[in-house]
Amino acid sequence: MTDTPTNPNEERKERIPALQALIDNPFLLLFIGVAMPTVFYIVWGIMEIVTIPVAP
Amino acid sequence: MAQFRTCPDTGLYFHKSAESLIKVNAVAGVVALLLAGVLALGVVLTRWQGVHLLPADQFYLALTAHGLNALIFWLIFFEIAILYFASSTLLRCRLATPGWAWLGFLLMVAGAIMTNVAIFQGNSSVMMTSYVPMQAAPHFYLGLILFAVGALVGVFVFFGTLVIAKQENTYEGSIPLVTFGAVTAAIIAVFTIACGAIILIPTFLWSIGYIGHIDAAMYRVIWWGLGHSSQQINVAAHVSVWYLIAGVIFGARPMSEKVSRGAFLLYILFLQLASAHHILVDPGISSEWKVFNTSYAMYLAVLASMIHGLTVPGSIEVAQREKGFTKGLFEWLRKAPWENPVFSGMFMSLVTFGFIGGITGVVMGTEQINLIIHNTIYVPAHFHATVVTGSTLAFMALTYLLIPVLFRRQVILPSWAKLQPYIFTGGMTIMILFMLGAGTLGVARRHWDMDFTGALLSFEYAPMAYTLMAIGAAGGVLGILGGAMFVLITVGSLLFGKKLEPSAGLLQSFGKPLAASAYSKVQPERLPMPPKLAWEEHGSAGFEAPGTFVLAMLLLVSFIVYYFINWNYLASVWPLG
Repeated sequence: MTDTPTNPNEERKERIPALQALIDNPFLLLFIGVAMPTVFYIVWGIMEIVTIPVAP
Repeated sequence: MAQFRTCPDTGLYFHKSAESLIKVNAVAGVVALLLAGVLALGVVLTRWQGVHLLPADQFYLALTAHGLNALIFWLIFFEIAILYFASSTLLRCRLATPGWAWLGFLLMVAGAIMTNVAIFQGNSSVMMTSYVPMQAAPHFYLGLILFAVGALVGVFVFFGTLVIAKQENTYEGSIPLVTFGAVTAAIIAVFTIACGAIILIPTFLWSIGYIGHIDAAMYRVIWWGLGHSSQQINVAAHVSVWYLIAGVIFGARPMSEKVSRGAFLLYILFLQLASAHHILVDPGISSEWKVFNTSYAMYLAVLASMIHGLTVPGSIEVAQREKGFTKGLFEWLRKAPWENPVFSGMFMSLVTFGFIGGITGVVMGTEQINLIIHNTIYVPAHFHATVVTGSTLAFMALTYLLIPVLFRRQVILPSWAKLQPYIFTGGMTIMILFMLGAGTLGVARRHWDMDFTGALLSFEYAPMAYTLMAIGAAGGVLGILGGAMFVLITVGSLLFGKKLEPSAGLLQSFGKPLAASAYSKVQPERLPMPPKLAWEEHGSAGFEAPGTFVLAMLLLVSFIVYYFINWNYLASVWPLG
């Protein structure tokens, strides 16, 4: 038995850091880039306006 | 069948369909810029109180049309061209669904024409913001909706092209940094257009009577998701152009790809939240919402801009020092090609965007000091520093690069082309600085008459405000002259410039592909991964760019001084105790 990988391709495969994986995935970035302002700017802003009490 | 051609000067590969679409979008953008420039002349000569050129109705009409043609049509047409360039050309792959891309372009053209017609008919002078309850003609809103749908189609063609490049394995490793910047711009564009759809479709229905009421506060919050974020597309796009030009002119590589990509990631996460600074004095919205979106999130986007502002000149400095320009702190900068409008335009864009647009943007995004300049002429001064001397100047610089490379024509009037970026920047910078001063004295934006002639509630500005506005307007006229030179040089080059490729005729300048023999490649070679640079590893190299560091410190000191001057102003207009 040996610990060294038998497949040379496996040897070359580097573990991709999570942030790198995120940056290399444009559709995940698209999701995050739309979700962030939607939640913090649009949804939160609309909630503020709809909770203004109606004048008597 | 061969669909690609190689540019003999740069080695860039152009896919036939992408090439045509880049050309038509760029040309349509320049047409909108021409219209915006002519209208700008009416605006500045009216705000110059001594001239006061246009009557009130024509002033508001010109201001509305100027705003939309400059801030929306010119920039977004050009940005769609950049997206196709950054995907198909830089990733060496075919463009996804060219038919859809053409449909998107036609929708954008139809929308831009429809909105302009509505404005020039005279019953849609509602400014770019078209705040309710002011109502424009229905085709004003419909035109904007069509334009936005067309732009959205273009953005998804860009994403489709990324998928094709990945599937067909046209590049090694990660996408290039310039393409990553374009991804950032495209993501912001999706949010921007979604906000446009959410608010403009109901507003259109309101204008034709299907909806009885649009809440003004709601409109303002959602509209600014469109109005300000659309300017953030410009920021991401022009920063990408800075990196591109630094690479093409100097062979410069980013000082750290990781850091630059991280900065773009900060844009993706936080830049769009800066829209909130338009709402800082609105009632009904809590301070928590305002402070989080501006004074927390926005600063992270500002941090990203500061990183780009450091790494772009830093990469140029490193490249120049490698070529032997090592004397003192600034030999690399003194001996840069200042007579090349591609470089001079790009570098002045970087400096004015950072020193004026960036610093004033932070002042405007701070809830307390925003109060002294909110809705004054300071606001257009700020955004002329970001989108005129920032984005527009960067796009002008890129155009000078693309005329020979993409259109295969030589630039005409080369001595004019050398001067043009300086005249444009000089004029616009004068206008911006003096408008900032006038804004600090309280001069209102979007206001026809500083004298308040015949108004029930009158107000008298300090005499200095009139002087500042007059000098600013004179600067504006000079800037418009610089813009006119750009249009003359670029359109003249497309029509009369020396052909660098025998089949580059008149129609080829406006989108028709070159002769079939020009496209000799079936599939370009795979884009190799750039070799890692020594200084990319933390602590692996010395102080690579000392001149840039000094410039960055100068920016920081300018920012700190100006920021506290504004707090001092606030203390003087609103004394405590």
